[in-house]
Amino acid sequence: MLVPVKWLKDYVDINVDIKTFADAMTMSGSKVEAVEEMGKEIDNVVVGKILKVDRHPDADKLVITQIDVGNETIQIVTGATNIKEGDYIPVAQNGSSLPGGVKIKKGKLRGIESNGMLCSAQELSIPLDNLPPELLDGIYILDKEYPLGMDIKEVLGLNDAVIDFEITNNRPDCLSMIGIAREAAATLGEKLKYPEIVVAENDENISNYVSIDVQNEELCPRYTARVVKNVKIQASPGWMQDRLLKSGVRPINNIVDITNYVMIEMGQPMHAFDLDKLAGKKIIVRNAKEGEKLTTLDEVERTLSESMLVISDQDRAIAIAGIMGSSNSEIDESTKTLVFEGANFQAVNIRLSSKKLGLRTEASSRYEKGIDAELAEKALERACNLVQLLGAGEVVGGKKDIYSVPKQSKHIKLDTERARKFIGADISTEMMKEYLESLEFSVDSNFNVTVPTFRDDVEIEADLIEEVVRIYGYENIPSSLMDTTFTQGGKSYNQKLVDRAKDILTAQGLFEVYTYSFVSPGVFNKINLKAENPMRNAIKLINPLGEDQSIMRTTMIPNIMEVIARNYNKKIEDGQFFELSKVYLTEKLPLSDLAEEREVLTIGMYGNIDFFDLKGKVENLMEELNIKTYRILSSNHDSLHPGRTAELIINNKRIGWLGEVHPDVLDNYGVPVRAFMAELNFDEIINQSNPEIKYRSLPKYPSVSRDIAVVVNEEITAGQIEEIIKNKGGKTVEDVKLFDIYRGSQIENGYKSMAYAITYRSDEKTLTEEEISKVHNKILNSLANQVGAILRQ
Amino acid sequence: MREKLEKIKQESIEALENVNNLQQLEELRIKYLGKKGDLTQVLRGMGALSAEERPIVGQLANEIRDYINEKIEHTEYCLKRRELENRLRDEFIDVTMPSNKKELGNRHPITKVLDEVKDIFIGMGFSIVEGPEIEKVYYNFDALNVSKFHPARDMQDTFYITEDILLRTQTSPMQARIMEKNQPPIRIIVPGRVYRADEIDATHSPMFHQIEGLVVDKGITMANLKGTLDVFAKELYGDTIKTKFRPHHFPFTEPSAEMDCSCVACGGVGCRVCKGEGWIEVLGAGMVHPNVLRQCGIDPEVYSGFAFGIGLDRIAMLKYDIDDLRLMFENDKRFLSQF
Repeated sequence: MLVPVKWLKDYVDINVDIKTFADAMTMSGSKVEAVEEMGKEIDNVVVGKILKVDRHPDADKLVITQIDVGNETIQIVTGATNIKEGDYIPVAQNGSSLPGGVKIKKGKLRGIESNGMLCSAQELSIPLDNLPPELLDGIYILDKEYPLGMDIKEVLGLNDAVIDFEITNNRPDCLSMIGIAREAAATLGEKLKYPEIVVAENDENISNYVSIDVQNEELCPRYTARVVKNVKIQASPGWMQDRLLKSGVRPINNIVDITNYVMIEMGQPMHAFDLDKLAGKKIIVRNAKEGEKLTTLDEVERTLSESMLVISDQDRAIAIAGIMGSSNSEIDESTKTLVFEGANFQAVNIRLSSKKLGLRTEASSRYEKGIDAELAEKALERACNLVQLLGAGEVVGGKKDIYSVPKQSKHIKLDTERARKFIGADISTEMMKEYLESLEFSVDSNFNVTVPTFRDDVEIEADLIEEVVRIYGYENIPSSLMDTTFTQGGKSYNQKLVDRAKDILTAQGLFEVYTYSFVSPGVFNKINLKAENPMRNAIKLINPLGEDQSIMRTTMIPNIMEVIARNYNKKIEDGQFFELSKVYLTEKLPLSDLAEEREVLTIGMYGNIDFFDLKGKVENLMEELNIKTYRILSSNHDSLHPGRTAELIINNKRIGWLGEVHPDVLDNYGVPVRAFMAELNFDEIINQSNPEIKYRSLPKYPSVSRDIAVVVNEEITAGQIEEIIKNKGGKTVEDVKLFDIYRGSQIENGYKSMAYAITYRSDEKTLTEEEISKVHNKILNSLANQVGAILRQ
Repeated sequence: MREKLEKIKQESIEALENVNNLQQLEELRIKYLGKKGDLTQVLRGMGALSAEERPIVGQLANEIRDYINEKIEHTEYCLKRRELENRLRDEFIDVTMPSNKKELGNRHPITKVLDEVKDIFIGMGFSIVEGPEIEKVYYNFDALNVSKFHPARDMQDTFYITEDILLRTQTSPMQARIMEKNQPPIRIIVPGRVYRADEIDATHSPMFHQIEGLVVDKGITMANLKGTLDVFAKELYGDTIKTKFRPHHFPFTEPSAEMDCSCVACGGVGCRVCKGEGWIEVLGAGMVHPNVLRQCGIDPEVYSGFAFGIGLDRIAMLKYDIDDLRLMFENDKRFLSQF
């Protein structure tokens, strides 16, 4: 909401500087977004009259002017082409300042003395948006004769400031000069001065001119109208144009300007119809007929539906109520008689109609926030009052006011003692009353508070407390801490485990990433998922920003592949990443209840590494989370290399996969190097983790290490051999380490030699050679029997 | 004999002076003191001496042996020291050469700031809870006193999955979920992802992060709200930070406020970060609306509370002076490794 401060001062005295005022308004709830002090940097620029224009003897594009600035005549050389003798123009004299820190000094232009500068609108920083086109280029030619030497800021209204307020949508009453003035008055402790509205009517009767028929009072709770005859359409006076321009509205003609002026001043949208264009001299407020057509003022033909409210004459619609008028009843230069409409329409219906039509106007955006029905008639009177003030026409006697259910004031009791406790500040009862009254609430001796009709947002006691406390000042409330004995804060076991996992992962060189929860449906093909893979059952958004962000991810593999691809493409040699976040799963589509939001850990790596680097990181994670019984076994996964894929099993439950990314998937992401990826169900990891750590006493007896080398078929895995050694060795085998794999001349093709160091130790005694040999031989026998291992001598 | 002994002594002194290494020294030890050494040879000839001379010569021989022994030991010590010194000199390394350090990973900056925020609120007795991101319209709007016609419900602002299920636009629905299931005292924060239909740019993202806070108990006041959030700001940005509370409007709090912090970049004099204002908007807050309490089965006549919502991405950007939100989700290693 743009508020020109000089205009605002019509309604409230502001005796503080502009910054103090803006800060005070922000602190009482009307947030100031920006303050534009218009002529702040302009100094010593005055009205001048061009007496003479001569050609410059040495420059074709320059002229020499003689300017009367009141007390003297000065010579100025200029390149302007739009000036002539007799024009009144802004003159920056020697030693003057212009916006942007420009200083004007006298000098010579091509040898001819020049004592200043003639100014354009741009040089004076006048907002160009709504200026008439003839003022956009060249020197700003003033509209009429002003006293010579007069400060240009006075003439052009540049000694003004415009404040831009952010109005929250619960306060539509503040979308008006009077609304802001009311807040200002309460904030500054001043009195609000309403404009004096007097309408002198002629002795005719409006009923002889027009009849009003409101057929849907639910959607149109109030309709007021007055008729003005002998209308003289012309430009509105400079002061009104100036105020409209500063409020961001382009002046059109006196009647349209009056409707806009009243809307800005009071917050009530107004409309004017050319009465001579209304068939049957009738105004009917009714629902549109299904499929009814109407060309609105923006020259678009609109097709209406039955839920929409229209204003019509005897034959046809003439406006979409509260949204936009039609060219068929528009005010134009030939308008002689007009009807002013000051109406109240139901907010929700305006909102729905406007949305349905895709047509949002200044009027509709105000109506849909809710307008006080009491305002309609006041605004109507103000419009007629301005007609008279501007000499724009003659107001016909009487007015129409269809208002069968007048708005009732609300009454709310305020418990002042409780309010004080709730706020935590010692605000006296008298002050509470004063604050409320400054906002036009009335308060009786029992603190039964009557809410003004323009405050639909105030419904309960807490709303009254807010009114009190914002005028009292949030900054005056003390800061105090709560007693901390009532609750014991902290993290849950699961939350601590997430923290711990992140510690372990980052310590191993992985960087945490954050990626979007929604992805493209195309990612499933990109990561090679087979058509029947259940991970394709993704939850879809009805209204995504685009196809690329239209489904909720069921796996983070695509996200991490994107991260790898992006980093690789930036010539980053290696990268190791993880995301510990959610995927969104459901068994039933469309979704009828909440989804399963599963916490998943996805790791992705590329660079000078292999599968076993990834496996090591997963193992470290398991061990640090105190998960003892995990196994990593050969497996398969659509997105991973069929020969290099493993699954993580904990207590016979599959927790996830790890492996080398399938070459096809790498191709799909444009990554020409090997990459490795793991995706683990972290919720399940949390379930399987063991919070208990128990100390095991240090060994008291010596260990003995024996090396063996066995030749086995290529198909036999290290995991199988290790498992046999551990099973058969039982408690006496402390450790098994694979230290060499040999394939070559001494080994038959299709076989490999695996060398292990087995460490034996007992907790109870020093093991004898015999005891060790017994276990050792048992292991060798089992290896021979179960996997056909031949001991290599 | 005596001359012989003296000669051995003289010889050995000269020989030891020329010893360069431990091996030579060992050779000399054997030469003089060994079983077949010079001194032993001389002593073997003692039998030929007179009874008077024998003890005198014997004593002299012993003295000379002790003397040589001592000399050898001393020389050995000196040689070892010299050897060590040589080794230390030879083993000089250029300590300014690059190390063998392994690259460490890092938490994402949003996690880092979230961890700090969690610690701050845990210190004030808060617990941490999380809630569903795919949420029911009821909890996201209705339970929070958001009117049926509030523009935030529009398809152009909110992502819908069905008519009744959406991607939560705020972490606030957990306020209702928590209050439905728990009686006061309640003191929680709810961090998490939230979604709004904003195109991605330097300050907007369709997915971002919030931290909701909720306190409900007997006798909770606006002064408590101010005190708690003031502590939060000072702990996060430092003791010199000032806070400012301004009236604002949210459907689920009444009275409502926004909190500004004095600019973390310039300290409040005005700069690029705060757009010359000296203040930066950090969070929205307010006293829990009585309708919301009632809707969740908590009697507003008995209990009161406050709630707040912090834009996590934004406070992280401020803390680390990050000027483009997109960096947070691009995951460039050169970005991630800076935190």
